[in-house]
Amino acid sequence: MKIFPTFLGVALILLAVTTVLPVAKAEKTITLMSHDSFNISKEVIEIFEKENKVKVRFLKAGDAGAALIQAILSKKNPLADVFYGVDNSFMSRALDAEIFIPYASPLLNNIPDHLKLDKLNRLLPVDYGDVCLNYDKAWFQKQTLIPPKELSDLIKPEYKGLTVVENPAISSPGMAFLLATIGRFGENGYLNFWKELRENNVIVANGWEDAYYGHFTSASKGDRPIVVSYGSSPAAAVYYSEKPLSEAPTAAVISHGSTFRQIEFAGILKGTDKPELAKKLVDFMLDIPFQEDIPLQMFVYPANSKADLPELFTRHAVVAEKPVIVAPAAIEKNRNKWIEEWTNTVLR
Amino acid sequence: MSFAPEGVWEPERLRQLISSDNYFRVLRFTFWQAALSTLFTLILALPGAYIFAHFNFPGKNMLQALMTVPFVLPTVVTAAAFRALLGSGGLVNSWLMTALDLSGPPIRIDQTVTFFLLAHIFYNYSLVLRIVAGYWSNLDPDIREAAGMLGASPWQTFKKITLPLLIPAIASAAVLVFIFCFTSFGVILILGGPGYATIEVEIYRQAVQFFNLPMAAALSLIQILINFLLMWLHARIGSKNRVSFFSTAIGGTPKKIKGFLQKSLLLTNLLFMVTLLLAPLSALLLRSFIGEHGFTLAYYSSLFTSHTRSVFFVPPINAVLNSIGFGLTAMCIAVILGLFASSYLASAKGRSAPFWDAVIMLPLATSAVTLGFGYIITLNTPPLNLRDSLALVPIAHGLVAFPFVVRCILPGIRQIPQSLREAATLLGSSPLQVWRRVDLPLASRPIMVGAIFAFSISMGEFGASSFVTRPHTPTMPVTIFRFLSQPGDLNYGQAMAMSTILMLVTASGFWLLGKITDNR
Repeated sequence: MKIFPTFLGVALILLAVTTVLPVAKAEKTITLMSHDSFNISKEVIEIFEKENKVKVRFLKAGDAGAALIQAILSKKNPLADVFYGVDNSFMSRALDAEIFIPYASPLLNNIPDHLKLDKLNRLLPVDYGDVCLNYDKAWFQKQTLIPPKELSDLIKPEYKGLTVVENPAISSPGMAFLLATIGRFGENGYLNFWKELRENNVIVANGWEDAYYGHFTSASKGDRPIVVSYGSSPAAAVYYSEKPLSEAPTAAVISHGSTFRQIEFAGILKGTDKPELAKKLVDFMLDIPFQEDIPLQMFVYPANSKADLPELFTRHAVVAEKPVIVAPAAIEKNRNKWIEEWTNTVLR
Repeated sequence: MSFAPEGVWEPERLRQLISSDNYFRVLRFTFWQAALSTLFTLILALPGAYIFAHFNFPGKNMLQALMTVPFVLPTVVTAAAFRALLGSGGLVNSWLMTALDLSGPPIRIDQTVTFFLLAHIFYNYSLVLRIVAGYWSNLDPDIREAAGMLGASPWQTFKKITLPLLIPAIASAAVLVFIFCFTSFGVILILGGPGYATIEVEIYRQAVQFFNLPMAAALSLIQILINFLLMWLHARIGSKNRVSFFSTAIGGTPKKIKGFLQKSLLLTNLLFMVTLLLAPLSALLLRSFIGEHGFTLAYYSSLFTSHTRSVFFVPPINAVLNSIGFGLTAMCIAVILGLFASSYLASAKGRSAPFWDAVIMLPLATSAVTLGFGYIITLNTPPLNLRDSLALVPIAHGLVAFPFVVRCILPGIRQIPQSLREAATLLGSSPLQVWRRVDLPLASRPIMVGAIFAFSISMGEFGASSFVTRPHTPTMPVTIFRFLSQPGDLNYGQAMAMSTILMLVTASGFWLLGKITDNR
């Protein structure tokens, strides 16, 4: 009966392996911390690694909100050199915590002004995307119903029980959509809209995965043909299709005042011991190879206006001409109140 | 510490806790649903435990392995499985609609209490079954036979003899299920819908959305405190009930099934297990083979080709190996810690024992968000700078699994009669030798059960989403989440295919472990 020695031996060996392995490859590294959705092509990151003779280490730390908080909590001894993935809804919180150092990258010249929200350049825009309604084209064709054109369509009687949204208290597209309704109907009118949406039998899902794969008719055996997603989601649906498609199965609603633009930023973490290399990494993230890789890896739009879009995007993805605008400072100030009011109106 | 994140005490950020009755409501709901889930799971799993403890039948080991599979499935996948079966467009509903010629789906279970209660039972059934069955099979059959000879009816024997003897194991299992449901996050959010908020959900909301760490800390303290009180109570009762009737034939001898009554009992139970546990799992299996255009292997084949050229792409076999590696390490850590802790607790006397007994359960009762952020704050100075080390994963998993192991082992070790140990000492054995020669072998079955659950906790990665991770060594659940984070039927299919592989790997792991224990 040698249970105990066996367990002890195996534990020690495995623990040693997991601790030693990463240390064994000691070379110059730079660490990029991000949320879980960050993605980039191998070839692209190798360009940077070869040019600077450095290895890029990646750390992922949960969703956008959780990753930022971990960066703030570790500010005395930062986990990384560069942080990517602060969006405009969390921007004020990041700046208030004073965890980023300013860097006026020369590449900012190629980025349109409306994306540069931090005038001190502590946070530099990397990409953006519009949160908006997506609908199942085939479903609306089969039911001979006109698809929604804007937000207020959702509360019409013929759209009863057709919509699924995400809970803004725990989901970032959910929060963005709540902000869209606040921008569209105003601080005095948005709760009315949600009240009527509730009466029209809206489903509130936990997060994007649950809404899209659990309830949306086009992605699963759900019963909701309208879902809150991104303007680029139709392109992703084509790209990740089992059989090649010539037309997207879904469409995005981007009419005036029905979308919220999420802008994602990167910044150099205060306390890094490699500021020069960190600047180079930020430059690289804003430069053409990285920027042109963004669409098919993360399904958002590159911030650099010189970056060419892939054909898939020009054909199937859309951006709004006039997205709703809510100032980052107002978002941070009112987040608690808005979410509380929303929860009281829609869930209780 | 997180009460004053900036070194300043900010009581005004906590005022909401008292001023709003919302938190009281959340607390009440959390308590209520956990109690209800525990009760249902116990009622449903005890007959199964009886069968598994007393009878041998073909496929027993296999069924036992399959039943533990739900334990490792990510919530999103469980939700998909249940919806594929019971959702408005699911198998049962479409079958009923064609059979009864209805226009709408007759079962509307999505986003209801029933749905997540069902899921809690689905998750915890095997926990109760294994702990109780393992203990039950070690009970001395002679007592029951003696009672029978003295004229007691089988029911009387059960009520007067068996049930009281089983209490330690049942209580152990119940406490685990209760805490598990009390801290339930994803299951309730996804299956019950956002209308049902537990404390765990509130902690996440306060910490991540509102960045109100003092509030999050206060709530997680409340959560810990309630669980602690419960566990302390349980430990006090547990340490008083130290009657042991230990079978000399280890594990008793499972009997062949005979007679009509036993056969029908077995059949009803098996039928129940199959409908509750295996039906959702097979629905999942089906989904991984059926695409828009019927049967397909595309999801599996695409798992092996990098569609995205992503720097984070790893072949699925690596994810499988990562999961198994982390799982084994976490299992060994948890079992070693668990063995020491249970041996100490079993021999400890006096008032402090129930206290420590409750303390070791704390990792399980602490919310994942609190644990994750706690690591960031506490582990930031060398030599403990493990925040982004690969070793943090198995250590964190091992820590969460450790209470499970203790709850599995402790009743087993307490069951060993003190006289055996005294005999060994009289024969000249040192305390260590006694422990090795008497305690370990006699408790080998509970240890194995504990090990299995430790392994599966790591495979299922409870709450690991709020830790810093190294994206180059993803585990199976992580790859499943990656597929599910972007639109497209190929992503969904690959997630289902990966879940099927996860089920397969865990089921065969359990089956192997079961084989090893049986052959000894």
